[in-house]
Amino acid sequence: MSKRLTPRSLFGIVLITVAMLGLPFVAAMGGQAWVRILDFAILYVFLALGLNIVVGFAGLLDLGYIAFYAVGAYVWALLASPHFGLHLPIWVILPIGAGLACFAGVLLGSPTLKLRGDYLAIVTLGFGEIVRIFMNNLNAPINITNGPQGITLIDPVAFGSFKFSGNTQFLGLTLSGPMKYYYLLVVLAIGVIVINLRLQNSRIGRAWQAIREDEVAAKAVGINTRNLKLLAFAMGASFGGIAGGVFAAMQGFVSPESFSLMESIMILAMVVLGGMGHIPGVILGAVLLSILPEALRYGVGPVQMALFGKMLVDPESLRMLVFGLALVLVMRFKPAGLWPSPERKREMSEMRQEVRP
Amino acid sequence: MSEVLLQAWAVAKHFGGVKALRDVSLTIRRGEIYGLIGPNGAGKTTFFNCMTGLYVPDGGGFNFAGSPLVADASHQAAERGIARTFQNIRLFGNMTALENVMVGRHVRTKAGVLGAMFQNAATRAEEASIRQRAIDLLHYVRIEERADDLAKNLSYGDQRRLEIARALATEPQLLCLDEPAAGMNATETAELRDLIEGIRRDGTTILLIEHDVKLVMGLCDRVAVLDYGALVIEDVPAVVQKDQRVIEAYLGA
Repeated sequence: MSKRLTPRSLFGIVLITVAMLGLPFVAAMGGQAWVRILDFAILYVFLALGLNIVVGFAGLLDLGYIAFYAVGAYVWALLASPHFGLHLPIWVILPIGAGLACFAGVLLGSPTLKLRGDYLAIVTLGFGEIVRIFMNNLNAPINITNGPQGITLIDPVAFGSFKFSGNTQFLGLTLSGPMKYYYLLVVLAIGVIVINLRLQNSRIGRAWQAIREDEVAAKAVGINTRNLKLLAFAMGASFGGIAGGVFAAMQGFVSPESFSLMESIMILAMVVLGGMGHIPGVILGAVLLSILPEALRYGVGPVQMALFGKMLVDPESLRMLVFGLALVLVMRFKPAGLWPSPERKREMSEMRQEVRP
Repeated sequence: MSEVLLQAWAVAKHFGGVKALRDVSLTIRRGEIYGLIGPNGAGKTTFFNCMTGLYVPDGGGFNFAGSPLVADASHQAAERGIARTFQNIRLFGNMTALENVMVGRHVRTKAGVLGAMFQNAATRAEEASIRQRAIDLLHYVRIEERADDLAKNLSYGDQRRLEIARALATEPQLLCLDEPAAGMNATETAELRDLIEGIRRDGTTILLIEHDVKLVMGLCDRVAVLDYGALVIEDVPAVVQKDQRVIEAYLGA
């Protein structure tokens, strides 16, 4: 593991940094809507990498991941909106959101420890729906979640007096709300990427991988599979909770509609399509699956007008069609994902010389 | 006589109406190679699985190194110092050989999530020692050349060796080998024999389940014979070989 940076990799890092910093300004040329799409792409990267811990590392098929996102979002919505008249700071809300989501993860994890594969998928799917239906119906007898109407006027992310909504002048540049959120989300995403990378090559990461490969053998070498599975659920859920909080703050509005089964499937598709367990693959999957549908939405209409002079197919329905087709094609021709992890060949040659007699 | 390492008393296990183990009692002494043989379906692997916590025995139990083994907690068996290999090799196929052995170090190391996240000095040192120990063990079983190959791509014999290396990584007092010579040719079996003797010389007690009677008789200090789930005899190979009941069990007379 060489930690030294070659000039070439340094150049690459600088290039990527500049590109990441400049990206929202490029997107803003097409309107703030595109910056918002960018925001969501990064948010999905965050979510997908959270789910990657559960699905990619530990091999636990989770179809209810959106439930933790919902918990985080509702925690933020309830603690920072006029609904209860509470306006707590981010330092309080985000840990509570992550903590409650983590608790929900353990809650879901503990009864499902003996389940694997499709059985686990069904239970988690049910769990996701339960949480959504709870949010939908917790407006009576006591109004907690405001039911299907959702909660509005949620506070934006704010550090002291610096708010992430509205415009800010900075070095002569005008930063819009979505642009500021973009930078916040990039920082969060980098954090989750680093955590993913470090976990992967750690004692815990290897134990997860071992459980994924062969649970019986994992037990035989002394891995406490129960605790480690719970840990995977809890960690994945915490990241979901954080993402949910930022989502609520960014949108200023949450309703149960945002946490449908389709969202869970979408995030899982990002992980699977990109390359399960392979971090760059998951990032690619998340970016593609969040930007492509939007690009189609904006692109299909004008293209049809130009080609045929009239709208033949409604862009919205075409979007799902193309999306579904893309999924089928990828699974047929690249079943391991678009960017699966390469068979690792480490620099064993230099390692061999260090062996003690 | 040397100290008792493992004592099984009246271990029983039923699967529905089938009595897989009928009150099997045996004693393994520290430092010996102990053979467990018997015809197919005699209950050898069932005994193994009961001992390593994969099955909960319906009766009886085990004492290991002076205190009872808790049933139904297979990860604790490794912690107590019992490691095993599987009859049908169970490696982590999509991990490299080196990583497989590194997983074996799990139970003797303790870095947690926070350590992994923050990469503090203790975690980094532990990680380095895990890696070094795994490399050493790959050398020990002589498959260091294959360290970076995925376990599933190793040859059959190398997979057997890797499984032994992974088991040794848990620092066992008792190493249980479930038919390690199955499917091996004469040369490979001879090499395996050297390896097993080497492991014993280095201080690990070995429990060997094997079909290859020649290997068992040549290698083991004492042998137990199971038939229809019951213990037939437990003695030194020379006596076992001449025992009429054993000959009957094997020849079905």
